[in-house]
Amino acid sequence: MSARGYFPRLLFVELGVLIVALVFLSPFYFVVANSLKPFGQIIKNAASLPQSLDFQNYLKAWNTVNFPRVFLNSVLVTGFSITGMVLLGAMAAWRMVRRPHKASGFIFIVFVAAMVIPFQSVMIPMVKVAKIFHLLNSIPGVVIIYFGFGMPLTVFLLHGFVKGIPRELEESAYIDGCTTFQSFFRIVLPLMRTVVVTVVILQTLWIWNDFLLPLLVLFSENLRTIPLGIFSFFGQYLNQWDSALATLIMGMVPIIAFFLVLQNYIIKGITAGSVKA
Amino acid sequence: MGPGVLVFTIIVLLSFVLGIYYSFTQWNGVNKDAVWIGIQNYVKIFSGDKQAATSAIFTAKFTIASVIIANFLAFFLALALTLPLRTAKVMRTIIFLPNVIGGIILGFVWRFIFTNSIPTIGDLTGIGFFQLPWLGSPATGFWGSVMVFVWQRTGYLMMIYVAAIVSINGSLLEAAYMDGASAFQVLRKIILPLTAPAITICIFLALSWTTKMFDVIFALTGGGPFGSTETFAMNIYYQAFQYNNYGLGSAKAIVFFIVVGAISTAQVLITKRWEVEA
Repeated sequence: MSARGYFPRLLFVELGVLIVALVFLSPFYFVVANSLKPFGQIIKNAASLPQSLDFQNYLKAWNTVNFPRVFLNSVLVTGFSITGMVLLGAMAAWRMVRRPHKASGFIFIVFVAAMVIPFQSVMIPMVKVAKIFHLLNSIPGVVIIYFGFGMPLTVFLLHGFVKGIPRELEESAYIDGCTTFQSFFRIVLPLMRTVVVTVVILQTLWIWNDFLLPLLVLFSENLRTIPLGIFSFFGQYLNQWDSALATLIMGMVPIIAFFLVLQNYIIKGITAGSVKA
Repeated sequence: MGPGVLVFTIIVLLSFVLGIYYSFTQWNGVNKDAVWIGIQNYVKIFSGDKQAATSAIFTAKFTIASVIIANFLAFFLALALTLPLRTAKVMRTIIFLPNVIGGIILGFVWRFIFTNSIPTIGDLTGIGFFQLPWLGSPATGFWGSVMVFVWQRTGYLMMIYVAAIVSINGSLLEAAYMDGASAFQVLRKIILPLTAPAITICIFLALSWTTKMFDVIFALTGGGPFGSTETFAMNIYYQAFQYNNYGLGSAKAIVFFIVVGAISTAQVLITKRWEVEA
């Protein structure tokens, strides 16, 4: 197409795309503009720019949602879930490839099959199981639950990669006196770096934004993650749009920042991840 | 068994098996014992549960409309944004942006826009589209949900299409144009067949998002008005955690699993066959 694309034609496409992009951006405009207005002005005109910059709404939202707390909880849940998931997943994938047991092939198939189980199909008994194992209403508990649900995709992506690592690398490490443990952490894991980045990105976007799972297993106010904090704010202050909009902005800023900083990795991660999945 | 396999077995597989058992029982979630009632829950789903039927139909319509619209839009945006445009990279970023934000947040954002900003624009401009009772009627609730989904997910699909189009060998396209092929012929005979695997993936992803849709619509409409925008996933949630019918909820969850599994398997098989033909 580039061979033929002469300038006026491209300009036309460029304008068309620009309009689409403006439509895509417009929700952000409405939310940001109105979050800076007092309630009366929002009701009067929910499309105009604010007359002055008033951060009162943000102050109220910050305190009502207890933003530092929910932010920290989201960081803890996401951080620990993903670290554990990658370690456990990498070990499981490595074992399936390198020390195949009779059941390894079967376990792998079960993992792959489990990827099609919708969360909502197991959530009801999962709460019961979590209760039996004392995983309810605690951050370590929800982290362990995420290990379970995250394992299939993690193992699936890593498994394909481990198969491509030449066995000789590890064998020479054994000859040099490495234990299995050392060769895994010093040789295999570093080689997996690119696919680990893919896993981390896909799972971060999932866990950071996840709502239903934490809703079912975290009850205490001081354990709320960002989505839960926002949801309960709306439960209490329905249609109090002035501070509600400020809450929404605060809720999206961290993940947007994460995206803008790591944009190239994220785009590569999702395209790589989806091609395999 | 390693720790990863163990945790997975307990959290996912054990729950799944337990769920099959609960689906044959009556249980309020509090009592110690669930009472075995055979297939009564399943009979109820298919005969007496009006809201389950409404939710299933809504989910089906929502899935069809959203998967088609989002994929078409994503594909054409990808075609445009693989041209040598000056703003291509920024535009891709903007269109992708909604994907990184949580569904609950997006749902509330759009609830505000539909109930406040759009009516204001309607008052100011007098354009009929903006004066509709957005989210206030079953039809506007439906199309409102589709619009939010398309806005949220098009960018993700677009990125996959972009990657597929970029990987097409440029000399192939040039040769076709040299031979006098029109842009449409190039699209039909070269780009479409070579991006067929990406189309399979994107339809698969879009199906899996829409059939399981929960959080965005939960925040956007809460299922209203009158349960007309309640997805099947929401129906399962309400059944168990609001009405405390864990047995009936579990039976719905199993039906849901079978239907979603069958749809995604069928889709992969059908589009794989089409990939070969295209």
